[in-house]
Amino acid sequence: MNSEGLILFFLLGLTLVGFAIVFSYFIPRKSENLQKYETYECGIPTYGLSWIQFNVGYYLFAIMFLIFDVEAVFLFPWAVVMKELKMVAFIEILIFFVILGLGLMYAWKKQALKWE
Amino acid sequence: MFLYDFSELTSSIHNSISSVMSPLATTVVEMVIAGIVFLLFYALVGLILVYAERKICAFFQCRLGPMRVGKWGLMQTIADFIKLLMKELIMIKNADKLLFNLAPFIVIIASFLAIGAIPFAKGLHALDFDIGVLYVMAVSSIGVLGILLAGWSSNNKYSLIGAMRSGAQVVSYELSVGLSLMTIVVLAGTMQFSEIVEAQNTGWFIFKGHIPALIAFVIFIISSTAETNRGPFDLAEAESELTAGFHTEYSGIKFALFFLGEYMNMFIVASIAATVFLGGWMPLHIVGLDSFNMIMDYIPPFIWFISKTAIIIFIMMWIKWTFPRLRIDQLLTLEWKYLLPINLVNITLMALCVLNQWHF
Repeated sequence: MNSEGLILFFLLGLTLVGFAIVFSYFIPRKSENLQKYETYECGIPTYGLSWIQFNVGYYLFAIMFLIFDVEAVFLFPWAVVMKELKMVAFIEILIFFVILGLGLMYAWKKQALKWE
Repeated sequence: MFLYDFSELTSSIHNSISSVMSPLATTVVEMVIAGIVFLLFYALVGLILVYAERKICAFFQCRLGPMRVGKWGLMQTIADFIKLLMKELIMIKNADKLLFNLAPFIVIIASFLAIGAIPFAKGLHALDFDIGVLYVMAVSSIGVLGILLAGWSSNNKYSLIGAMRSGAQVVSYELSVGLSLMTIVVLAGTMQFSEIVEAQNTGWFIFKGHIPALIAFVIFIISSTAETNRGPFDLAEAESELTAGFHTEYSGIKFALFFLGEYMNMFIVASIAATVFLGGWMPLHIVGLDSFNMIMDYIPPFIWFISKTAIIIFIMMWIKWTFPRLRIDQLLTLEWKYLLPINLVNITLMALCVLNQWHF
């Protein structure tokens, strides 16, 4: 029941959260208050919005992640057939790792892995 | 050879239902049954884990923990759950309404999709894909989208910083999770969970793969702790600096759902570790000791699975309550400068072991 199962688990999550939120929307007693719907930041009035441009450090790591995650996608099929292909697969993956390692070394030397 | 084979039970249920109904109705009825079972299991695991965390944390800190509600505080989590359910949901004025409401759905659905692929026992296995390992990695990384959305849509600086940290952390450590699982895939030669478990009939992979498997196991424990945003990697919700991180603005049951999602993710990574490294529901077998193996076979596979998972969860809680929280630069240094290169070397080592038949 694999493909049906996917739908089932999707629906399960939907039901659990949906019921909980609908229940909490209708059942609990509500109260009104002037400052209740304000953003919570230390109690003093909030200064400006939070939808701002963000530290570039996070994006660098996201880009690094992208490279290595695509590499992981390439590695999974290799890992499955490694036992059958033996030496050929091993040498190929060594070459792959050397190139990848050079890339990592480059990022390292360029200080891309350093948090600012 | 196994005394407790659930596939016979499930197939007999399937036969009895399909004998009285059409194929479509059979599928629907089976899905409803499976759905109810999984929903109950999910809720039960959530309640038990929250209670266990509070108790274990208390014992590590020489306290007693919850003691008032029920015997040894056993009813505490249920009382908390009812309390949270009866709380009003607050919708922040400046928040992005749609994304704010969408975030808990994504977190919970991701954990449900992942929990379906876990083999609890022989035949007790809802989603058995031939790309099982890849599937679990894929769906468990959807959860971070929920965290990012929650942080962004709250329009709160604490939430935004928490979500950004969480994003950087989860995507970084996901690499290590994937590569350490890949080390075992090289040894097993398959990504299907049922086959991975069957292959550990003669010995768990952590013993079979000796040194590289052990390194991969340690890396997996570290990086999965980080991936589930648990201490000492809980920068996303570092309460001393970020209030509650990405779920600062969430109240009542929505907060509880994030909390539940976090605990379920912990259960999922622990059970993946148990399945891939510690043999899943396979009993402990030692080659040559036939009587010992016979006795071990009498313990039901479900008990084996749950106890292995429980041990790994205990180790993760132990780590959480023992180590101080890392700084974000230390966190990223640990991943990119230590775990990732070690992992790449480790995969090569494992490939060498498989090539030369150094495993047993």
